[in-house]
Amino acid sequence: MTAEAPEEAGTASDAVPLPADSPFGVDTTAKAQRIIALYPQSRSALLPLLHLVQSVQGFVSQQGVTFCANQLGLSTAEVSAVATFYTMYKRKPCGEHLVSVCTNTLCAVLGGDAIYGKLREHLGESGKPLGHEETAGTPGERGSITIEHAECLAACDFAPVLQVNYEYYDNQTPESAVELVDALRRGEKPAPTRGAPLTDFRTVEEQLAVGFDTDPEAVNGPSASAETVRGAQLATDRGWTAPTMPDDAALPPVPEKR
Amino acid sequence: MTDKLTPVLTKRWLSPNSWTLHTYEQLEGYTALPKALRAEPEQLVQLVKDSGLRGRGGAGFPAGVKWGFMPPNEDKPHYLVINADEGEPGTCKDIPLMMADPHSLIEGCVIASYAMRAHHCFIYVRGEVPHCIRRLNAAVREAYQAGYLGTNILGSGFDLDIVVHAGAGAYICGEETALLDSLEGRRGQPRLKPPFPAAAGLYGQPTTVNNVETIASVPYIVNGGSDWFRGMGTEKSPGPKIFSISGHVEKPGQYEAPLGTTLRELLELAGGMKDGIPLKFWTPGGSSTPLFTAEHLDVPLDFEGAAEAGSMLGTTALQIFNETVSVPWAVMKWTQFYEHESCGKCTPCREGTYWLAQILERMVDGRGTEEDIDTLLDVCDNVLGRSFCALGDGAVSPITSGIKYFKDEFLALCEQNRARNSEPALAGAGS
Repeated sequence: MTAEAPEEAGTASDAVPLPADSPFGVDTTAKAQRIIALYPQSRSALLPLLHLVQSVQGFVSQQGVTFCANQLGLSTAEVSAVATFYTMYKRKPCGEHLVSVCTNTLCAVLGGDAIYGKLREHLGESGKPLGHEETAGTPGERGSITIEHAECLAACDFAPVLQVNYEYYDNQTPESAVELVDALRRGEKPAPTRGAPLTDFRTVEEQLAVGFDTDPEAVNGPSASAETVRGAQLATDRGWTAPTMPDDAALPPVPEKR
Repeated sequence: MTDKLTPVLTKRWLSPNSWTLHTYEQLEGYTALPKALRAEPEQLVQLVKDSGLRGRGGAGFPAGVKWGFMPPNEDKPHYLVINADEGEPGTCKDIPLMMADPHSLIEGCVIASYAMRAHHCFIYVRGEVPHCIRRLNAAVREAYQAGYLGTNILGSGFDLDIVVHAGAGAYICGEETALLDSLEGRRGQPRLKPPFPAAAGLYGQPTTVNNVETIASVPYIVNGGSDWFRGMGTEKSPGPKIFSISGHVEKPGQYEAPLGTTLRELLELAGGMKDGIPLKFWTPGGSSTPLFTAEHLDVPLDFEGAAEAGSMLGTTALQIFNETVSVPWAVMKWTQFYEHESCGKCTPCREGTYWLAQILERMVDGRGTEEDIDTLLDVCDNVLGRSFCALGDGAVSPITSGIKYFKDEFLALCEQNRARNSEPALAGAGS
């Protein structure tokens, strides 16, 4: 039964204190505590905390697992079991940017497979294509890029799509994708089709962890591209509307005793 | 007779800075909330029942009935959880809604929470959409500042907190009980039902899980009333619905039309098939809903119509494929997706998707036999209805429907294979 969570937490921890030079300092701990405070039960903070440790190191390291376990009073095994379940938690250090290409059926047929194949080749070295979750360049250094093939990214009307650090680049071609990664390798940050200006993988991971802290400026940026508003625009152009609402629609009476 | 398109949820998307509180308030935003807070919670549950609003996340369960399952008292904490883990292949309606109009979801959350006596609401958003999450967080912050969230909302005495929670990449978390496990900080694996979430959900407490589009519809129903809502759509599937049209069409995009609209009508609005290449197959509601073909252009796309024609309405994610696309290849790609996303909890789905993918890969690679088709159907039969949750049922949909309508294509692959295998022998005989 799931209701036992609070008792269970705090008893099972085998986590040892992290060394003083651990990358998870006072600042990270303070953020972790603010996340935990959002939830009626602390363990609910585990997914955000894993995003948080990933924002510090660019992946979920064993130390990161220990940090989460310490914060939540869980065993490291409990944390690892969760970290290994979810695609977004990376087990190896990521590049400055993570490029995810949708290769689910619809994107694939419209060019997603070709884009992924082209990027693998283009970013590979000495004739060996780069593999899923492999990095071109040195992880953590400027211009380094990790690539992956992704499942449906919920932007099918913009197919084929790819994401850089989970920001959308819509209606891509193999050529546009190559241009994009070349720009990233030069240290440039071409703007996403929709969304905030591009940052890097670790910054986005931090925003996922402590979203309530997001810079209000980052909220702006384009969102509704032509595809998004096509129906609404067409209706406006043709004068089509939903039926008019009555001025004061009455609510039903309070139902009889249930 | 209603117009062909009936923008309700999508109407505000055209406005500049549509995601801000300022725009939302200028366009009738937060006018349903005070009206709802003056009512008894039971009146709101009854209103949603009367409206006939059915869940927009795929299953189509009547939302008011679901709300009615929540206990009428407050002996335990109640929770409302919004399923914003949009990931069903083809589905792309909730993400644009939350990006363009997050306050409509938040207003719906407050009304629904009040109706179900919940004081905590979680919006579980898939992690791969940071911009959506930024917009939601900003909207939640604005709503707190304006007194639409927090304590004593609009002087009603009702308190509500909303937390936007980022997932971490797992399709299975769209299943409501897997979502709850994930929200509790666990691997996202489904739970046995019963108990249903209304009895034992988040932290074992009464919980309702609703889809984004469902909850965003609620403020309009409060303002317009159930008769107004029923003025769109069909008797059993009332209301407007966001149809997401993608693939080989001239103008893919989001089209909000009354339920019961047909693909023929929607295709016309979307400019027809891309480059005039004829339609071959399509999904009415994501890859988990059995395929349709050009024969089904006039099927009314409501819950009953899609089911009567042998599929499901699902999320009204219309993925359109033209004649150039190989059905066995498409089915293989989808099966690889289900194999990757199977959570591994139950044997039929874990093993079934693993072997189904291998058989399909072999066939597409030109190494299949006619027997493989029978094996596929046999494995599907052992997954369908025997898996722990609906992921397994969804996984077999493309395969069984693909073979049902396009068996010749599967056979042709086997035929090519046989021809190729016999070639060396013939060549040898000739030398």
